[in-house]
Amino acid sequence: MNRREAVSRVSLLLGGTIIGANFFLEGCKPADRKDKTGIAFDQEDIAYLDEIAETIIPQTTTPGAKAAKVGAFMTVMVKDSYEEKDQKIFREGMNKLNAASEKKYDKSFLEADAKQRHDLLVEIDGETKEYQKNKKKDDDNHYFRMFKELTLLGFFTSKEGATEALRYEETPGRYDGCIPYKKGDRAWAT
Amino acid sequence: MAENVYDAIVVGSGISGGWAAKELSEKGLKVIMLERGNDVKHVKDYVNATKGPWEFPHRGGRTQQMINDYPVLKRDYPLNETNLDFWTNDKDCPYTEKKRFDWYRGYHVGGRSLMWGRQSYRWSAIDFEANAKDGIAVDWPIRYNDVAPWYDYVEKFAGISGNKDGLAILPDGQFMPPMDMNCVEKDVAARVKEHYKGQRMITIGRVANITQPLPGRSACQYRNKCWLGCPLGAYFSTQSSTLPAAMKTGNLTLRPFSIVTKVLYDKDKKRATGVEVLDAETNQTYQYTAKIVFLCASSLNSTWVLFNSATDVWEGGLGSSSGELGHNVMDHHFRCGAGGQVEGYDDKYYFGRRANGIYIPRFRNLGNEKRDYIRGFGYQGGASRQGWRRDVAELSIGADFKEALTEPGPWTMGAGAFGEILPYHDNQITLDKDKKDKWGLPVLSFDCEIRENEKKMRLDMMEDAKEMLEVAGLKNVKSFDNDYAMGMGIHEMGTARMGRDPKTSVLNKNNQMWDAPNVFITDGACMTSAACQNPSLTYMALTARAADFAVKELKKQNL
Repeated sequence: MNRREAVSRVSLLLGGTIIGANFFLEGCKPADRKDKTGIAFDQEDIAYLDEIAETIIPQTTTPGAKAAKVGAFMTVMVKDSYEEKDQKIFREGMNKLNAASEKKYDKSFLEADAKQRHDLLVEIDGETKEYQKNKKKDDDNHYFRMFKELTLLGFFTSKEGATEALRYEETPGRYDGCIPYKKGDRAWAT
Repeated sequence: MAENVYDAIVVGSGISGGWAAKELSEKGLKVIMLERGNDVKHVKDYVNATKGPWEFPHRGGRTQQMINDYPVLKRDYPLNETNLDFWTNDKDCPYTEKKRFDWYRGYHVGGRSLMWGRQSYRWSAIDFEANAKDGIAVDWPIRYNDVAPWYDYVEKFAGISGNKDGLAILPDGQFMPPMDMNCVEKDVAARVKEHYKGQRMITIGRVANITQPLPGRSACQYRNKCWLGCPLGAYFSTQSSTLPAAMKTGNLTLRPFSIVTKVLYDKDKKRATGVEVLDAETNQTYQYTAKIVFLCASSLNSTWVLFNSATDVWEGGLGSSSGELGHNVMDHHFRCGAGGQVEGYDDKYYFGRRANGIYIPRFRNLGNEKRDYIRGFGYQGGASRQGWRRDVAELSIGADFKEALTEPGPWTMGAGAFGEILPYHDNQITLDKDKKDKWGLPVLSFDCEIRENEKKMRLDMMEDAKEMLEVAGLKNVKSFDNDYAMGMGIHEMGTARMGRDPKTSVLNKNNQMWDAPNVFITDGACMTSAACQNPSLTYMALTARAADFAVKELKKQNL
């Protein structure tokens, strides 16, 4: 990003700012989740976050968040870039989300099926939007806003997200300021 | 030590230093360019230049560790993961803020020529006449016509792409073909032109990205990763442009890790004899001697060197006899303007990442207009379609949400103003001898702020943008002022200004120090006023002009 871009990002009112060790594990789904504290995320945490992220950005005709290893990305960001207060909210959010699943379905998030997971997160997303609307500047951030933001950031800037869900040209070679667009054409990654 | 004897010493290797080194070495002088920081080799050291977004662990963002390590840089966008090594370590190089001053520096070969915004505009006749007309500060000792041939000269070499618009307020130059405006920008430009009957206009940015190849440099490939360093040399930097030209002469020696601590001054001859250097790696001190010295260490650092020089003659340092050394700190104030939504154009998109935007030249206080402030501002901005960061209120999560975000969103357009800051004598830097940097050297202390004129101007900077975008048919246009602290523009100017009288200026019309005629200062320190255009092109022109003068004077044995 250069300054002009930074200026235009502000001026264009594009969304909010992002609140601000690689492990990988496929297929392991421990049925029961124990509440945890701290930011020493383990592979079980990453697998759990992958499933949350996949529910937000699922595989369709293009890869989803799990294929883009968004769970691991989220833990890196929380560990390195979050303030302590937000780290705590994030970790507690992982517990809260699972508790919400237990309450709604009498099973853990990982035990719930894809439809149940989707419905649950739609519900929590709605609550989050409501919370953010009434949130005062110094109020805590909502944990699900963090999950969602990090999922979007992690996915759309991943190789899978940028080159398969979106379009990415490393070296465009020219600028054409006016080309036809038809519905369904992918957006540029950057 | 004979090996430390040169014809010319150039202090600093950024835009101005690089030009000084090129011009002086091409004219046959044996030159040493002293750079306080590390070397950055063209292409080889642009380590992040070809990475995809996914190759950055935090996707270009910042970590708490970075925030902790860079207490100044963190205040704005420069603190980021992608080119952190190009920014100066705030903890090694502290300074004192009597009032907040954001000083974003680049201590390495090439300086900020590697990270600069590349917008390149000439000043106009009224900019050089402004102080005289308004009766403030001192008159520039030069006029547009003095600099015009040097603008021609540097533009041809640096490579500036832009459109010839035939405006007195923003003179045309030796341009390469302009980059394109996109369809929304073109239509908005047409509506603005029509509505204001040509009194306001929108053009494509004039930018130091080349659109045709130059020797050793490729045309811009529209990657828009300039500030990581360009492996194609498609934008002007010391590394891509002036350094290879200077090296080709065989007359240039480049010495990194060389902190120039003072100009050595012979009070009998009233001449500089050279400079003292502290080796940043070994802490050894060296002396280099030369017939002439070009101070191009960046505005405030060139003055820092002067504060430390000839203190046995003048307590306040070389150039302080004027009473103006360290005074009249300027920058461009910005971070305000407007943005809004563009309806339609859903069937239009663009290809390529244009490292450039649109420009709206100054239109205020021209002719007979008199606002409740003096001087003016220009806008930079652009139109684009929103990406995945946009808010899709009606969608929550899941496949529909994902598919919606993989398509481009609506068009938006914004414009942010860059405004002139007046040269206030009271906006000053001084030496803080109680605080020391990593090398035990005293640091600068800042006491600067914007005042009434700038604050009044900011209201127009917001409202005029809003009005123009509304005139052009944008919807939901919102003006903004995201607050500005001095220095954020990274256009530091002043502190050793040019003038006509040694009693009120540090430099004469040839950037020559009144108190040491063989010392030239051609970076932003020399500026007598700030105008509202991005200043680097003017530093290039003044540097080439002063180098030409200096060599002629040397031949006449006047120095």
